[in-house]
Amino acid sequence: MSAVMVAKKVTRKWEKLPGKNTFCCDGRVMMARQKGVFYLTLFLIVGTCALFFAFECPYLAINLSPAIPVVAVVLFLFVVAMLLRTSFSDPGVLPRALPEEATFIEMEIEAANGNVPAGQRPPPRIRNVQINSQIVKLKYCYTCKIFRPPRASHCSICDNCVERFDHHCPWVGNCVGKRNYRYFYLFTLSLSLLTIFIFSFAIVHVVMRSVDSGFVVVCFFTLWSVVGLTGFHTYLISLNQTTNEDIKGSWSGKNRIQNPYSHRNIMKNCCEVLCGPAYPSVLDRRGLMLERSLHPANPTAAAAQVGKNNNAEPQPTERKAPCPPDEHAPDDANPNVTASTEDVSYNEKSPSPNQETLPPPQDPSPSLPEDNTDAALDKEKVH
Amino acid sequence: MATEFHNLQELRHSASLATKIFVQRDYSEGTVCKFQTKFPSDLESRIERPLFEDTVKTLNKFYTEAEKIGGHSYLEGCLACATAYVIFLCMETGYEKVLKKISRYIQEQNEKVYAPRGLLITDPIERGMRVISFLKVIRSRSPSSRTGAPAPAPAAAPPPAAVAGDWRTSTRVSYPGYP
Repeated sequence: MSAVMVAKKVTRKWEKLPGKNTFCCDGRVMMARQKGVFYLTLFLIVGTCALFFAFECPYLAINLSPAIPVVAVVLFLFVVAMLLRTSFSDPGVLPRALPEEATFIEMEIEAANGNVPAGQRPPPRIRNVQINSQIVKLKYCYTCKIFRPPRASHCSICDNCVERFDHHCPWVGNCVGKRNYRYFYLFTLSLSLLTIFIFSFAIVHVVMRSVDSGFVVVCFFTLWSVVGLTGFHTYLISLNQTTNEDIKGSWSGKNRIQNPYSHRNIMKNCCEVLCGPAYPSVLDRRGLMLERSLHPANPTAAAAQVGKNNNAEPQPTERKAPCPPDEHAPDDANPNVTASTEDVSYNEKSPSPNQETLPPPQDPSPSLPEDNTDAALDKEKVH
Repeated sequence: MATEFHNLQELRHSASLATKIFVQRDYSEGTVCKFQTKFPSDLESRIERPLFEDTVKTLNKFYTEAEKIGGHSYLEGCLACATAYVIFLCMETGYEKVLKKISRYIQEQNEKVYAPRGLLITDPIERGMRVISFLKVIRSRSPSSRTGAPAPAPAAAPPPAAVAGDWRTSTRVSYPGYP
């Protein structure tokens, strides 16, 4: 029997999450893949304010009021905080269905469809639910293998289903959804106020000192776009609609149903969107997964991916089937693991709030051995 | 409490092959988190309907409390906004507090009601708040139950594709009250 070296490598769940997000700071920050425009936004805001503080504030502080730079600083910090909050937080991503759940849903669909004659396309996967006496259609997401909750949509840029999906904003480098919509709105609102503030005092400065007005012209154009966007989102909030619904015309038109989520009261709609509870993220990004890499049998193997608080175990011998193409299981899963000879017990503390509960039967990751087991069993059934 | 928790962990570990039943969301009131109280037929052999309904209704009540838009959420929102939401880095939100209550409740239910009947509930937050999953533990007697053919699934169970292969058998543990 060869001696097997085991190196314990701790992986966090964000490293195995599907989708096209990028993560920073060990899973604390979650953004889209393309971040170029976000850096541009940051540069424009910081650059404009820097110019304002450098060239206009000294004169205005002395000749008008020292409160002007103070207010500008406060607004600037609030804008940057809101931008970073919007960009770095989870917009409300729905984790993909684990194999059991996906199979369960497929069974329900097949049961509902009945027998489809060969050669005919099966009916579209739609579930009707009644919300506030209106029929709303829930669509099936083939990527995430779930029926999307109402108002959720799949972002093709991030490749995730997002709850209460508003839009994917390249300026903030992230999707805008249920969890970060209010931060996005406050960002646009505070940016409008900051732009108006800078614009007004730049004009005052120009008038008082007859200096070059190039800066004012730049502010003018920025102002209209940002203020316009804020106005648009204020309108959406008052009607409790998302940008996605507005663009698709879900609730407008004669033959369409009315918005079932609106309270028919502007104040109530605003309160729900802006003053609702802060929803938690259901992606446990910083939860621990454990990988054991074995040497020298297969140095690159991710031999076992054990959920937190699980003990070492023998690998099932039937795990030789290839993974189905839509499962992101690692190709280097080592079937030759003689892990039964090891007696390592893992007792890592998870930072997630679910510590007090029973350990989850599965981690929300697609690359679990059970995927292979399912595939193997499926194959056995077929043969 | 600690030993019971440990026993439940062992139960999960020793459930070599189990079937899962999913209780889906009820969207009749919009996007609020609420689960269907319809009793799944697959659970009929394991648990009584009133117990199941009681559990789901209590969970629904917890979620309604978490998502309630009222004085507390306004105050929390305004305070957080005034601090540019920096306060959320230090403070636990009202929703997170209720989530902790929910996980304590689920653990208690598992210990008292479900595990003695060979069932285990998974906290919905681990499933993206989409489903409450009931794990039907197949009672297996032999210590080497992992090898060879899987134990026959209960007749009412869905097709065996729904398998939790993640269960790791370390040692067989006899759970009190468990045949």
